Amino acid sequence: MTDYLLHLADSTLILAQRNAEWCGHGPILEQDIAITNISLDLLGQARNFYQYAAQLTGGDATEDTLAYLRTERQFKNFLLCEQPNGDWGQTVLRQFLFSSYQQLVLEQLIESNDQQLAAIAAKSIKETSYHVRWSGEWVIRLGDGTEESQQRMLHAVDVLWPYTGEMFIAASYELEAASGGYGVDPATIKESWLKKISSVFEEATLPIPQNVYMHTGGKNGLHTEHLGYILAEMQYLQRTYPNAAW
Amino acid sequence: MVIQSTIEKDKILDVLRLVNDPEVPVLTILDLGIVRDIIVQEDLVEIVITPTYSGCPAMDAIALDIRLKLSEAGYKKVKITNVLSPAWTTDWISEEGKTKLKAYGIAPPNPRQQVCSNDLFAPNEAVQCPHCNSYNTTRVSEFGSTACKALYQCNDCREPFDYFKCH
Repeated sequence: MTDYLLHLADSTLILAQRNAEWCGHGPILEQDIAITNISLDLLGQARNFYQYAAQLTGGDATEDTLAYLRTERQFKNFLLCEQPNGDWGQTVLRQFLFSSYQQLVLEQLIESNDQQLAAIAAKSIKETSYHVRWSGEWVIRLGDGTEESQQRMLHAVDVLWPYTGEMFIAASYELEAASGGYGVDPATIKESWLKKISSVFEEATLPIPQNVYMHTGGKNGLHTEHLGYILAEMQYLQRTYPNAAW
Repeated sequence: MVIQSTIEKDKILDVLRLVNDPEVPVLTILDLGIVRDIIVQEDLVEIVITPTYSGCPAMDAIALDIRLKLSEAGYKKVKITNVLSPAWTTDWISEEGKTKLKAYGIAPPNPRQQVCSNDLFAPNEAVQCPHCNSYNTTRVSEFGSTACKALYQCNDCREPFDYFKCH
């Protein structure tokens, strides 16, 4: 169960970290605030998962040791979440692809036979539904916008789509979670996810890519080169000054 | 014994009325509806609280302030427990809290069952301007200065204002 929790935690933490890079750099003030608000929501969700994982791990484990003292190969986040921000279009598309997936997972996790996991899911889903709406509106606004914004969205789809495949290939801990009744087999939500993405892409006049090679590995600790840089920045302080606190 | 603990709880409630939300200081944590339970067992006082949003950065400050105020009131053994379920909703903000929010210049949340919609490009909620009471307002951004607020502007008096969004 710990691996499953870490997978859920890592994806939200890494995406929170990526979105936080926009702080002070958003295209306009209101959207700068929006993307950092989303970052904060994701960070809060990650903390809930890490705290629970730490409790199950026992010993000296805390939410901080799990976030700050594990290495790349121990992180189980989606490759999608660690991809660079690119332009605003790429950032909002990444959010939309992820949040639409997360919403479907959380909907099922609310029914988890594990009470704490169900509670975290019920809390998170309210926030996630804002993220889906906000990012979905942006995908449509830019996809069906100007010639330049559409070109940028088409590019963003090309860049990010190959990282969506692994979300639906169950890792061993996900199969275990599904058969144990506390988690979700992601293969079961693929159709609903595609339906949601298709309806928004259609309105955004963006095509769904066909027959694309899909990268895998993130869920099992095999990452793109980007994760190392993210962790180097995120973990630097705790690694250099162990146990430093505010 | 039962009566004793009820009196004790009332005394503790009076203390909790002194703890404000650090980000919306016009509200006490009781107005906000985040205090879920008060358990008194001999000399131990347990306060059960729930966050508004998962990432609410005010929770640590609130927990610290509860300890401080209870300690000043003579309660030495205090335990603060965080619960996530049932998830907090703006429907738990008291009527008094809503009145205080409006007086402070923040539009209080609409009742949840009426207006919460997750449809893309759903029509904006009709939110009343806390300054001139006009409903002729526009949403500037779904996300505001804190996780729990959205940014609006009044089309009549032209004042921008925060809306405590329904959740």
